Amino acid sequence: MQSATSRKLLLLAPLLLFLGLAYVVPFLGVVRWSFTMPEVGLGQYRALLTDPLVQSVFTRTLRICLIVTAAVLVTAYAIAYVWVRGSSVQRMLAEFCILVPFWISVLTRAFGWLAMLSNRGLINTWLQSAGIISEPLALARNELGVIIGMTHFLIPFAVFPIASAMRSIDERVLLAARGMGASRTRTFWTVFVPLTYGGLAGAALIVFVFALGFFVTPAILGGGRSVMVAELVYLRIFQSPDWGLGSAISVVLVLFIGILLALMRRFIKPAHLVG
Amino acid sequence: MPQSMQPGDAKAAEIKAVSIGKTFGAFHALKNLSLDIGRGEFLTLLGPSGSGKTTFLMILAGFTAPTTGRLMMDGRDITDVPAEDRSYGMVFQGYALFPHLTVEQNIAFPLKVRGRSSADIKRKVGDMITRVGLGGHEKKLPAKLSGGQQQRVALARALVFEPSVLLLDEPFSALDKNLREMMQQEVKRLHEETGTTFVFVTHDQSEALALSSRVAIFNQGELLQVGKPQDVYERPTNRFVAEFLGEINLLPLEKVEVNGERAAGKFEDRTIIVNQSIALAGKTAVAAVRPEHMFISAAPQASDCNAITCRVEGATYFGASTKYHLRTRSGMSLAVSMPTALASPIAHQSDVWVSWPVHQGFLLPDAG
Repeated sequence: MQSATSRKLLLLAPLLLFLGLAYVVPFLGVVRWSFTMPEVGLGQYRALLTDPLVQSVFTRTLRICLIVTAAVLVTAYAIAYVWVRGSSVQRMLAEFCILVPFWISVLTRAFGWLAMLSNRGLINTWLQSAGIISEPLALARNELGVIIGMTHFLIPFAVFPIASAMRSIDERVLLAARGMGASRTRTFWTVFVPLTYGGLAGAALIVFVFALGFFVTPAILGGGRSVMVAELVYLRIFQSPDWGLGSAISVVLVLFIGILLALMRRFIKPAHLVG
Repeated sequence: MPQSMQPGDAKAAEIKAVSIGKTFGAFHALKNLSLDIGRGEFLTLLGPSGSGKTTFLMILAGFTAPTTGRLMMDGRDITDVPAEDRSYGMVFQGYALFPHLTVEQNIAFPLKVRGRSSADIKRKVGDMITRVGLGGHEKKLPAKLSGGQQQRVALARALVFEPSVLLLDEPFSALDKNLREMMQQEVKRLHEETGTTFVFVTHDQSEALALSSRVAIFNQGELLQVGKPQDVYERPTNRFVAEFLGEINLLPLEKVEVNGERAAGKFEDRTIIVNQSIALAGKTAVAAVRPEHMFISAAPQASDCNAITCRVEGATYFGASTKYHLRTRSGMSLAVSMPTALASPIAHQSDVWVSWPVHQGFLLPDAG
């Protein structure tokens, strides 16, 4: 027993070593900066609580992440449903919709959405030439653009855990509900959906945590007007040399995600996260 | 409002299947099946896997539409009525309990669907829980229950709304032998108490014989024989039924002559007399006798018995009974099962007489 455990630890060792050197050690450096730059003390954390800019970025980030998570869950649920329970043609189509965006880089996709949504983008040009609108709709370079781009990027990550939960439903349970007189709609809402709660919670966690750290998509589609936390860190480190505040924001973000993961772990089986 | 909510509908229904056929692509799952299921009877659909019995049950439930044929309930055509409007109780293989609902909520489900008042639901669910002996487990999730308890929840849930028909799909296949026998008695009792029409699917012949008022035997999509357990076991009209219901000795007969209810033919130069149960085409047929209807003795038994000589090749001890493996003079193997208490020690390789009462043998067609 003892030797088997240590053998398995040995197998894990390369990964642990890599994580330690590439993440933990540098992060400890970031933690140190947050307490020492420009001078030793809790000054940066005090600034976090009082600085109105930081406050507004945090609120915006939370708001965007919650909206994106909700939008992603609804869309991903529909796609996963077709993927798991559709006809073979529908399944192929759903798989295509899930996998193709996966292979395209986040940068390309953000610019793709910019080409669609900007004032002289495809949608506004079409709507204007069709005479439906006279002034272009503000779809990009604002919060809406960020939400659209992030939602699109994160959908596949939510589809996998949801589809996994749907697949593990015993078909006979659904038949049983129908056989007892429940309509298709009632069976869906009272049996099917509750049996996917685990997958939904897992998907929500993954999407929310990913969304918190989003950088490229908000930077491109937000046009500098809806800065999110990750972009704020970047700005503090690379543009205004304020490493102490940037580090403090990073530490708070990591702590927040850590607490979130710890809380959710109590309610969600890890299997649902992997899908 | 579904039909099943009308008062007086709780009584058992009568079902008539007329020329039901079902094909899946090129595969014929059911071929031209006609079967009457009587009001309040306990009918078992018996057959090996892939015989079409489960397909037929799914057609009865309304989960599968037949390719051809009609289904009538109490004189009404229900072929196109969807499952939720038929509202038969159903117990699935593996029980199909709602894993996210407690025992109580599982049993309440069909009542909630029917929009019963919460007082009514509470009373009915409570009654049902007592009836199947699940008191004290009301608030548990199915995963916390043993197999037998899950089985009881499935039965309670299927019966609580007083359906006119209860369908059971191999409900005991996951239970061990003792528990299975207990649940069989329970199902039998529930059938007597409710008076509902039960249609039960199994591949276990002893279960079918023990529970049913009638047994319908399926093979390769065809309904081969329907009858009371005793009739299909002791008077099968077909070789598959004879062999599927239990071990059987088949002795080829020549020069068969039919004489009223009896038939006589030659086996190894002895005349064998059997019950005449089938239409005979030629002069050859097979005499069929169950191993437990035969006995071994040193001298041929005279009165109203057939007897042939055999050599003892071995014996298998089964506790209550002992099975002897014998070979006839022409080299056919034969099995005789006798109560161990009655069997006196029989030496290996000794020559003995195997006898059986004339009325225990029956005639089967000789081509497989």
